[in-house]
Amino acid sequence: LCWPRSGGIRGGGAMDLFGDLRRMNKRQLYYQVLNFAMIVSSALMIWKGLIVVTGSESPIVVVLSGSMEPAFHRGDLLFLTNFYDDPIRAGEIVVFKVEGRDIPIVHRVIKVHEKGNGNVKFLTKGDNNEVDDRGLYKEGQNWLEKKDVVGRARGFLPYVGMVTIIMNDYPKFKYALLAVMGAYVLLKRES
Amino acid sequence: LRKNVEDFTGPRERSDLGFVTFDITADILNGKNGLQTFWNKNALIIFDWNVKQLFLYLSAEYSTKNNALNQVVLWDKIMLRGDNPRLSLKDMKSKYFFFDDGNGLKGNRNITLTLSWNVVPNAGILPLVTGSGHVSVPFPDTYETTKSY
Repeated sequence: LCWPRSGGIRGGGAMDLFGDLRRMNKRQLYYQVLNFAMIVSSALMIWKGLIVVTGSESPIVVVLSGSMEPAFHRGDLLFLTNFYDDPIRAGEIVVFKVEGRDIPIVHRVIKVHEKGNGNVKFLTKGDNNEVDDRGLYKEGQNWLEKKDVVGRARGFLPYVGMVTIIMNDYPKFKYALLAVMGAYVLLKRES
Repeated sequence: LRKNVEDFTGPRERSDLGFVTFDITADILNGKNGLQTFWNKNALIIFDWNVKQLFLYLSAEYSTKNNALNQVVLWDKIMLRGDNPRLSLKDMKSKYFFFDDGNGLKGNRNITLTLSWNVVPNAGILPLVTGSGHVSVPFPDTYETTKSY
């Protein structure tokens, strides 16, 4: 009995040859899958690491509306931090969530009232909006508090977030992209 | 920064409302000749190649019995790259209502008005800069009932 080695093609019959090839492909397939899993895990770890370092549950966000134009346009990417000790001050750009709504809003702080004990309430308004955000808050809510803040905008990149908007609006594009990425990773061979 | 306090009317929902008119003279230096002023160490370059616009805002900061720190933005302006960096605005009225959270404006002697701006780059960090020079505004002890705004 002879054991076939990977990559080796022994002389002696077509069936042996096919056996070799099938085994070779299966092993390489598993290897590629593992490689893919490692890439995904690393990406997730980097994301979690960013959450820890910035203190924000969502350190990178995409601007969805034009309410902060001409500074930010739909599709721009914002980098946030949310350090607990950072005070909220007028003029800062904050990303906040209204209770009961999933989608966070990026606007500027225009009023701050802070008590001696650190309790703070503030009002926001989009640069491109005529009125402040009271209409966007929950029924009866007049102010935002620190707990509503997802983060403060510290840096920004234009256009880069458009990809996620396209993927959201055109799910077929998202699946096509995933299929292409999956095929690439699984079929690519290391030379 | 120069200002002129007018009057302030009675409370709406039992809060103080203040009225302020002001003049703004500011000179946000511009690197006009690009390369030439880049090497001039005395010129403070604000509008460099990576600055898309400045978001300027005039904020009033003060303390009251209710709140240790209050900040209210009274006026703002977007200054795009290429706009005249020298501001000379006279007799401006505040764009936004100057409501206090409570009745802390009456008799408040120390309201500080400061001009600050948010630098919006083409890409990169978003800093908030406070201009040098600020003005203190005192509010009178009584309410004004006639609207002369």
